[in-house]
Parts: sequence; structure tokens; C-alpha cells
Amino acid sequence: MTRILVTGVSSHWGGRLAQALEQDPAVETIIGVSPRDPTLELERTEFVRVGTQHALLRRIVQAAEIDTVVDSRLVVDSLSSSPREAHETNVIGTMNILAACGGPDSPVRKVVFKSSAHYYGCERDDPAFFTETMRRPHPPRTRLESDIVEAEDAVRGFAERNPQVTVTVLRFANGLGADLDTSHGRLLRLPAVPCILGFDPRYQFVHSDDIVGALEHAVTHELPGTYNVAGDGVLVLSEIASLLARPLAPVLPPWGTGLAAAGLRVAGVRITGEMARQLRYGRGLDNRRLKAAGCRLRYTTREAVQRYTEDLRVHRLRQGAGAPYRYEREVEEFLRYSPNVRRRAEREPDPSAR
Amino acid sequence: MSPRPALPAPSDALRAQLPAIEPDRQVTDWGRSERVEGLIDRTLYDWLYHYWFRCEVEGIEHVPSTGGALLVSNHAGALPPDGAMIAKAIKEEHPRPRPLHLTVEHFFKGYPGFSMLVAKIGGVPAHPANVHRLLADEEQLVLVFPEGRKGTEKLYKDRYRLRRFGRGGFVEAAMRARAPIVPVAVVGAEEAMPIFAHLTLLQRVTGLLYFPVTPTFPHLGPVGFLGYLPAKFRIRFLEPIPTDGWGEEPWQDRGLVQTVADEIRARVQEELIDMLAARRSVWFG
Repeated sequence: MTRILVTGVSSHWGGRLAQALEQDPAVETIIGVSPRDPTLELERTEFVRVGTQHALLRRIVQAAEIDTVVDSRLVVDSLSSSPREAHETNVIGTMNILAACGGPDSPVRKVVFKSSAHYYGCERDDPAFFTETMRRPHPPRTRLESDIVEAEDAVRGFAERNPQVTVTVLRFANGLGADLDTSHGRLLRLPAVPCILGFDPRYQFVHSDDIVGALEHAVTHELPGTYNVAGDGVLVLSEIASLLARPLAPVLPPWGTGLAAAGLRVAGVRITGEMARQLRYGRGLDNRRLKAAGCRLRYTTREAVQRYTEDLRVHRLRQGAGAPYRYEREVEEFLRYSPNVRRRAEREPDPSAR
Repeated sequence: MSPRPALPAPSDALRAQLPAIEPDRQVTDWGRSERVEGLIDRTLYDWLYHYWFRCEVEGIEHVPSTGGALLVSNHAGALPPDGAMIAKAIKEEHPRPRPLHLTVEHFFKGYPGFSMLVAKIGGVPAHPANVHRLLADEEQLVLVFPEGRKGTEKLYKDRYRLRRFGRGGFVEAAMRARAPIVPVAVVGAEEAMPIFAHLTLLQRVTGLLYFPVTPTFPHLGPVGFLGYLPAKFRIRFLEPIPTDGWGEEPWQDRGLVQTVADEIRARVQEELIDMLAARRSVWFG
């Protein structure tokens, strides 16, 4: 029996993870916390709204006797929030969540921390494939990168102080999926793929299904340590553009790239600081440690891009098909607690669930 | 909850986890493009190898047909043709041709244009982790120039005098990968594009590694950078040096690493002197 707390349950992968865990009869309780409403329909996950700083989490953890905490709330894309918010979430939030999980009387036995390959940065003198033991060759270049490094350092410190807790850090490559809204997803949606003149960077993606799959694998297995999560294969940008059947547009000059990016922003194309560095130097991850630990990724980078291309073609049709889910507290509470609702467990009694 | 899975021993188990080859792709994970490489090979290298430099190759049997091996060569010329010609020699003369990965300075990854092209034709940034992955995990052929840019920027008057062989990093890489080292001596590259002087000011303005004065550059413009003189090339592969006979972790012994590096340097230098003594003409060999 596991009792799980998922932070960032309103993010796409947080919600998908909660949905997947709901299917697992070995999971007794799932509590999802987030500053925002869930975006996906959850059946038995209990949602609690918390502030960005996750200050009161310790009380929830203690009261619900949580033994597994999945921290999927880290901001890894400067697109989704302002630098100040990202800092609150990434540094202060991580600190508070770790404080809630630590201590001699804590019921928590496992922490899964969703991090990002931005931890490694993008530099000229990078290795072609980062392994988990490598540190970035230079100090962080953007605020988001330094926040992520700081958050991971806090997690490492927590793991050292709490040897009774299994700490898994998953460093994800850029996520890709029609249902994910990421800065790179937006970039590849444009009629032409912008690039820096004279550069053809190496890229690695992980499909949104595999993000959920890797998080779930880390919850259901014992994986102490750090793992890179990225699809097999590293593609160059020109290869990606040809898979998307879109031309490359070298609209960014090699010198003064930041200035041109600011110009593009006026035109509605946002090139974030991390993205500008990836467009120049690219990045590859060595995912073999994760694969050796038994986690199978469904999509290679190429397949993820192909899948994304296919999904984009029918995206409009899909969007109109079903009404989007909207969280309403009263409805959710009725569905969960009203004696008048017949729950699945009562409808079809499952002996293995008890 | 499943029981804790035993973590595998590092290298062998991880080698099995290398990504599978996707046959539809024309670019490798290193960014090497079959198409671009083939195009340059057909249009430029073929002609340079057979007609311009008239390469003569000796000891090709010293290049192993299987497994990783580290080729170590002397390095010269403003835009050095030696790496490409060694790769071409293996392609043309070896009974089992294999791609050769050239380690290049990090500079090329950061300079527009070069960044696109160098990786496409088989250049890999000279990072120890890259060399190790290629040698130990992917079991490829890797060519290093331990002289680095000290070799390419040396002036014509210093030709065929080998510079310092780095800090022995290449020996350490081969030891870690337990791959043999194949020394290579190349004669001809020094005369193909001699450097007479360096223009420091223009180097700073362009941000290049160096800005040389060669027989055709800079007065013929950027095209002059390809203006090779038709020197006769001789490439001699020397007997491989196995690196797995020095115990468990020989790279911990810095003295041994330095000694091996110096020995390899001396062997290449001796071989060069030997080849130069036998050479009657720079242009006809």
C-alpha cells in the first residue's frame, strides 16, 4: 500500500501521472497539490490547493501519512511563468517540500524529483552526451538554469541528510507532445523553424507519454540516484525540420542573437534564454542508466517528432471534438463524497484492491 | 513495490543499452551526415587524394578491422588536410573500411558555419567523454592530433618538428577504453599549406583560432583557404601499441601516461625523419 502525494498536479504530466496511478490497485491514496486547478479529470485523486511556496505541505504529509512524494512542479520553461514566480516555485518551493519530507518522524520513504536537462546547460565545450555524474562546465547562464541547479543541490543535500529516504532525480530532456505547451513545442509549430545562421544544433526530445511513464516507473520501482530521461537518438535541427516538413528559417544572426530574439518577440515568437543557447550549441543526454534500470521509453526522439507532426495535423479536429475539462470544487466533492454516487469499487468489487 | 533491482556493473551493461540504429536516418547521433560526407568525398576528397596529393599509404594493416582504436598523428597546415586524407586512406586502402572520427577543437562547435559543417563530415569535439564513448562503447576509430593547434599554427620554418603532445590525455583515454593506439606519420601536409606569418589583429577581429598568411591566403580571399599546394603525401600507419597490458587502472599513474605519450611522440618523430630522408622531392616524393 502506498500513499502518494503529487505536487504540480495541474501540469499536464502531473495530471497524467495521477491518472495512471489511480489505475494501480497498490496505490491506496493519491493527493494532488498545486497552486492552480487541475486540468485533467481525476477520479480518486484528492486535490488540495496550496500556495506557490508549498509552505503548509508538512501538515498534509503528516496528516495523510504520505510515504511517497512525487515533486513534478519544477518550472523548466521560462515561457510558463515570470522569472520571479519561477524562482518562488523552484527554489523556495523545493525547499519547503523537502522540509515537509525530512525529519526523523517523517512518514516519507521516497521522493521523486522531476528536474530538467537545463541543469547541464548548453556550452561550447560540452560533451556530446551528458552522463548523470557530469557537472556543467560553466556556472549557470540564465536565472532559470541557476534556479534548477539550486533546487537540485537542495535535493542532493536532502538525500545526504535522510539516508532512510530513496531519492530519485529525473532529468528530462525537452518534452514534446501535442498536449504539452512548451517553448520548443511552439517553435516547431511555426510555419518555418527558426534557427541561428550557421548552426545546426543537436536535439533530443522525450515524448509526453514517456515523461509520465518515467515518473511512474520511478514511483513503482526503487531507483536511488539521478537519471537522465531522453528519447533514444539525437537529431540535428535540420533533420527535425524535414520530419516536420517545414523549412528552416535562419532568421537569427550568429552575432547579436539576443537582439534579434527580442525583435522576434515583438513578432510573436518567443525565444527564451535557454532556447537561444540550445539553438546554438544543442545538447545530448546519455539515457543508458535509466534504460539499464528497467525503464523502457516508448518513443525515440525521431518517433517523438514524427508523432508530434502527426498530432499537429489533426490537432484542430481533436480540439473541437470534446469539451475541455474544467475543475469545479463542488462537483468534484459531490462525486467523491456524496453517498448517492455509486463508486467503481462498489460496482465491481475487486479483491486485490483491498 | 518491486524489490530493489541490482544496479548493473558500469561499462558492459551500459554498452548493451546504446540506442538502436534507425535505418531511415541519414545523420548519426553525433551529427555526422552520410549525405554531406558523401558529397564532399566525391567532389573534393577523391580528387585531392588521388590527383592533387597523390597519397601513398603504408602499413594500413596496422589499423584494426574491429574494435575501438585511437589513431595518433602529427598535424600541420593552416586548414589541415591530414585528417581528411587519413580518413580517406582507411576508406580506400583498408580491406574493411570504417568511418573515422576526427577530434576537433571545441572552437569549431561555437563558430557559425564550421559548427554546421565540421560535425557533418565526422568531426567530434575533443572532449574526453566523447573519445571514451566512441572508443569503449561504440568501438569506433578515433583520430586525435595531440599537438592540437600548436601543430597547425606553427610556421613553415618549424616544419616536421613535433610540438608537445598535450598533457597525455589521449593516452589516458585509450587506457580507459582499453583500446590500442596506432601512431600515424604524415609527410606532405606541412608543404601543402605552409604558414609564413600570423596576423594577430585580424585574428581578433574575426574571432578565428588564428589568421595565417599562406601562399594563397588572405590575398585570394576565403577561397584561398582551400588553396593547397600539390605536395606529395605519404601516410604511414605504425604498429599498434596495446594499452591493456599495464594493470588494472594504469591511467592513475601519471608518470606512465607521460612516458607512453613521450614514446609515441618520439616514434612518430623518428618515422618522420626516416620518411623525409627517403624523400627526393617535396612535389614528386
